[in-house]
Amino acid sequence: MAEKKIIDGRGSFCPGPLMELIGVLKMSQVGDELEVLSNDKGSAKDIPEWAHKVGHEHVSTTEEAGVWHITVRKSK
Amino acid sequence: MKILIIGGGMGGTILANNLARRLSTELRSGKARITMLSASDRHLYQPGLLYLAIGRSTPDALYRDQASLLEQGIEFHVDPVETFQLDNNKVLTKGGKTYDYDVLVIATGSRMVPEEVKGLAENAEFFYTEETALKMMRRLQEFQGGNVVVTVGVPHKCPMAPLEITFMLHDYFKERGIADKVKLHYTYPIGRVHSLENVAKWAAPEFDRLGIKYETFFNIKEVDGAKKVLRSEEGSEVPFDLLVAVPAHRGMEVIEKNKLGQNGWIPTNKTKLNMEGRSNVYVIGDTTNIPISKAGSTAHFEAETLGENIAAMVKMGITTPMRDYDGKVFCFIEAGLDRATYAMFNYQNPPDPKAPTRAMHWFKAAYNKLYWASARGLL
Repeated sequence: MAEKKIIDGRGSFCPGPLMELIGVLKMSQVGDELEVLSNDKGSAKDIPEWAHKVGHEHVSTTEEAGVWHITVRKSK
Repeated sequence: MKILIIGGGMGGTILANNLARRLSTELRSGKARITMLSASDRHLYQPGLLYLAIGRSTPDALYRDQASLLEQGIEFHVDPVETFQLDNNKVLTKGGKTYDYDVLVIATGSRMVPEEVKGLAENAEFFYTEETALKMMRRLQEFQGGNVVVTVGVPHKCPMAPLEITFMLHDYFKERGIADKVKLHYTYPIGRVHSLENVAKWAAPEFDRLGIKYETFFNIKEVDGAKKVLRSEEGSEVPFDLLVAVPAHRGMEVIEKNKLGQNGWIPTNKTKLNMEGRSNVYVIGDTTNIPISKAGSTAHFEAETLGENIAAMVKMGITTPMRDYDGKVFCFIEAGLDRATYAMFNYQNPPDPKAPTRAMHWFKAAYNKLYWASARGLL
């Protein structure tokens, strides 16, 4: 059954929200949704771009009080 | 209070010494007891493996007898844990012993797992163990020219290592007089050459200046040893004559076997450093799941914060951590064989590395020796 996971990347400069997402995706099943929290606006561009290149689904991006919530679904 | 520390690496050793100094009175009176369990009687200075791989160090320079680094009053046993019984506040060891505790600190570190990528273990060189660093050194000595590819898996410890090994390889080949016969190609998993944006902004022009080709958005898929080709999840193929990898890592097997954290990464509060759901179990160093650099300095600063907090618990009966770990990390970045810079940051402040200098390289060279003072909790 698909899981929903949250990766709190706020204040994470190294390795950063996208690298954290890559690491957690490796431990996830196809269909799992991972929501990344980031206070770096660059994540809103980097994460969907990476997801598209590798072949995962970018589900959504929202911003609230300076925190971006970017959701990716593992597709393969 | 019985304090049990699992792991004799940087984090565990600094913490044990920090506590032994703070609690010297309590240790003498028997009010506190510090026990360390480790899988080895030797302490390895892991950053030194980088220098070993390019022939700038020897194995004996990287080790010290673990017991010799520990303050008096610390009970040290080479007897790795096999079973954690956290509900009963005890651990069982390979030697058949049982240790109970009031406070447990898990500092077991991480390990590379190149075998998780098809073809990587048998076709690449690594520098994360003495054995692989020596093998890489011999391979470099024999290498006469061709495509040298540096590739990076996720997650890995020592975030600066991919850049450092690339810059150092550039200078190494130049020193050997074969730089014109070598094409260096650096790959990285995200859309820039390093996870730290300011470091990437500094490093990419350096690559350009030195003629090092780089390819971003490159996540390793497999290595075809027969064709000597590295393939990425993004569909790219890179031919190599010599492949140097910073492979993906996991926490230690004992952590996975005891189901303390998926892939060996224990869920840990990023400021209090306690294991999620456990008020008397703390985690420091690589084996946390905190979104922070898996680096020696992380373990160092976590250990200092935790040492202060545990000592306060013993001395004043405080049951919750007094001081928060602020995410502090300090990483040297070797930018070749004779120059370096550094990145210092925490949860609130990103790094702002300056241009590399010879002075910083010599500071790093000095720290390679001064590390042992850090391990003793003195620096």
